[in-house]
Amino acid sequence: MKLTGSEIFIECLKREGVKTLFALPGGVVLKIFDMLHQQKDIDVILTRHEQGAGHMAEGYAKATGKAGVCLVTSGPGMTNVITALADAYMDSVPVVCFSGQVPTSLIGNDAFQEADNVGLSRPCTKYNFLVKDVNDLATTIKEAFYIATTGRPGPVLVDIPKDVSMNKAEFHYPNSVAIRGYNPTYEGNRWQIKQAADAIIKAKKPVLYVGGGVVFSGAAKELVELAELTQAPVDMTLMGLGAFPGEHPLSMGMLGMHGTYWANMAVHYADLVIAVGARFDDRVTGKVSEFCPFAKIIHIDIDPTSIRKNIHVDIPIVGDCKAVLRELNQMLRATVNGDQKELRKPWWDQIHEWQRAHPLKYQQEPDGPIKPQHVIQRLYDLTRDRDPIVSTDVGQHQMWAAQYFKLTKPNRWLTSGGLGTMGFGFPAAMGAQAAFPGRLVLCIAGDGSVQMNMQEMATAVVHKLPVKIIILNNRFHGMVRQWQDLFYEGRYASSYLDTTPDFVKLAEAYGAVGLRAGKVGDLDAVLKEAIDIDKPVIVDVPTHPFENVYPMIPAGGCNHEMILEDPPELKKKMSGPAKVTPEDKDTVLTA
Amino acid sequence: MEHIISVTVENKFGVLSRVAGLFSGRGFNIESLSVAPTLDASMSQMTIVTSGDDRIIEQIVKQLNKLIDVIKVVDLNESEFVSRETALIKVHTRAEDRAEALRIADIFRANVIDSTPNTYTIEVTGDPKKIEAIINLLQPLGIKELTRTGRVAVAREPIRPAVSQPKRVARE
Repeated sequence: MKLTGSEIFIECLKREGVKTLFALPGGVVLKIFDMLHQQKDIDVILTRHEQGAGHMAEGYAKATGKAGVCLVTSGPGMTNVITALADAYMDSVPVVCFSGQVPTSLIGNDAFQEADNVGLSRPCTKYNFLVKDVNDLATTIKEAFYIATTGRPGPVLVDIPKDVSMNKAEFHYPNSVAIRGYNPTYEGNRWQIKQAADAIIKAKKPVLYVGGGVVFSGAAKELVELAELTQAPVDMTLMGLGAFPGEHPLSMGMLGMHGTYWANMAVHYADLVIAVGARFDDRVTGKVSEFCPFAKIIHIDIDPTSIRKNIHVDIPIVGDCKAVLRELNQMLRATVNGDQKELRKPWWDQIHEWQRAHPLKYQQEPDGPIKPQHVIQRLYDLTRDRDPIVSTDVGQHQMWAAQYFKLTKPNRWLTSGGLGTMGFGFPAAMGAQAAFPGRLVLCIAGDGSVQMNMQEMATAVVHKLPVKIIILNNRFHGMVRQWQDLFYEGRYASSYLDTTPDFVKLAEAYGAVGLRAGKVGDLDAVLKEAIDIDKPVIVDVPTHPFENVYPMIPAGGCNHEMILEDPPELKKKMSGPAKVTPEDKDTVLTA
Repeated sequence: MEHIISVTVENKFGVLSRVAGLFSGRGFNIESLSVAPTLDASMSQMTIVTSGDDRIIEQIVKQLNKLIDVIKVVDLNESEFVSRETALIKVHTRAEDRAEALRIADIFRANVIDSTPNTYTIEVTGDPKKIEAIINLLQPLGIKELTRTGRVAVAREPIRPAVSQPKRVARE
């Protein structure tokens, strides 16, 4: 039987197991929406902005490990979703985005709402398609899901012209895909894995440096086994948080620019660094030429281009983290002799010394302004038993969340790492909530970031996605302000937000619940109240405006050369009033 | 260092821009690029002349391989190869220069493929040095137009003397 392109589209999505579609309609996709309206298998979540749809698809994908799917219209619909696609590309998130396109006969004519969708998205997708013939639609969709979810995952765009969605074709959904130019390597080279095993056995000061690849390949169990087998400390990247239990005695927390002192010292003084599903990003390595200068490097990654892109690698292993770690563990189990704990004792003594010397710290006065770290610490303490999914926006609050919110399992941490997209957190949390309606989903946000996709509150209310947003409200683009204090003599060029909306009233205006914790003493009660409300909630927490994130490796600095606390002139500021004074404003005016 | 990279790609629209976009997006050099279909019309062959240190060339090869429309990548510099380029040179010739132009073409085994009272169009094929050389010699006459194909290259078949050569000697 012949089906229209729109019907084929829906049949394909069903066959891929898609339950939720994040979408916003427009002229050229009306036929598809019309068909979506007449079926019940796929839940359509109407977003208020296409960027929101894209980030929701990302949040859905990160929380479930399956492809997140969104549908947008041509022209501005497409340009709006680009940020989310670029974000997904940087963080290897499997997203399949469908865009509408003007009818094939009008392509290239500068038609109304026409954009070169394939050209626009080329540098920020793993692959993209323009479907010119309805007979190719089913195969194309199959290939799109296959490419997005296999190998190193990533976003794929399928551009569907209006006439393709309306024309009819015989529907056949292919069972398998064969693309001759695309054959990801899953099994690692045995000989190389053997080399790695030998190096691990010989090492005195090994460090595991693990990233998002471990999460996506589902290798968390294998990673725990490897760490316990070798008693190696585990440094996690921002994307890797949750890949290894944060409370595990071998966990070192996050490394990199705002990583823990001991995680960075360990990687600097290690004699062997075992990188698993990580890509030696500049926020991790600092000054590349002096990154782990004493170490041999093993690099396990499914993407060959990640290897030796930024740094020389001694033992490269191309393959899926799970498959490679399984084999590596097997070899190590057969060869590891003696008590590894005893063997690693000098190394761990050193690490414990670093931990004692410079723990993560902040000072919360009982009557003073609320410290942002304290909010996260309390949120963590109050919700840890409920296995929450945590999303963040980008900035200071993100780094504090990474430092203080310890995750026990993978797929619980939704954050924008590579692209650093402000406005990511809230829609991503909604995507995760749509996938897991019964779970507790928290969005830790800043007052700057959250406003970038605030419009999605309407979507959350309508679709009953009870995400809890906790806004650390310091009235600044905090990370920008921190850099200005440290490197630009405290001139707050365009970082002070001066007026932010009353977030409590804003929540209420949308039909959500708004709460405020104005004093340290109120914090626990307000957070507890928020967690138990079965509606979207904004918790506005005014925090100290001048609190900075430490440790900090200045951009281009070495990992063992961290700034550990405020320099004297900033300490003075911290002891002053916890608000922006006219003096601060003057620096704005005179700068 | 200069490298010649031979890339077999899917012969479909948009592939060239994927390859070109990769080079521009990552800041790699392209000195020349030529594309044409292969014997199998579903594939095209690209010859890309690029330059960079070993680390960059390794990245270029890996990044090309990562492109889904790329079927095969060979860095020709890893073995022996032969390469050629063709140039079409339109030379302005006054009456007294026409013999000189023909002489130069002859020396370089170039062909005159079009002629008007005031111009010759000369076709020359060779390695880039040869093309540079003929251009230098023709320049004093006045070059009106110049177009070059960019290089194409192919790996040399390895010579395996041990098996076949002794037989031939025996027959002689």
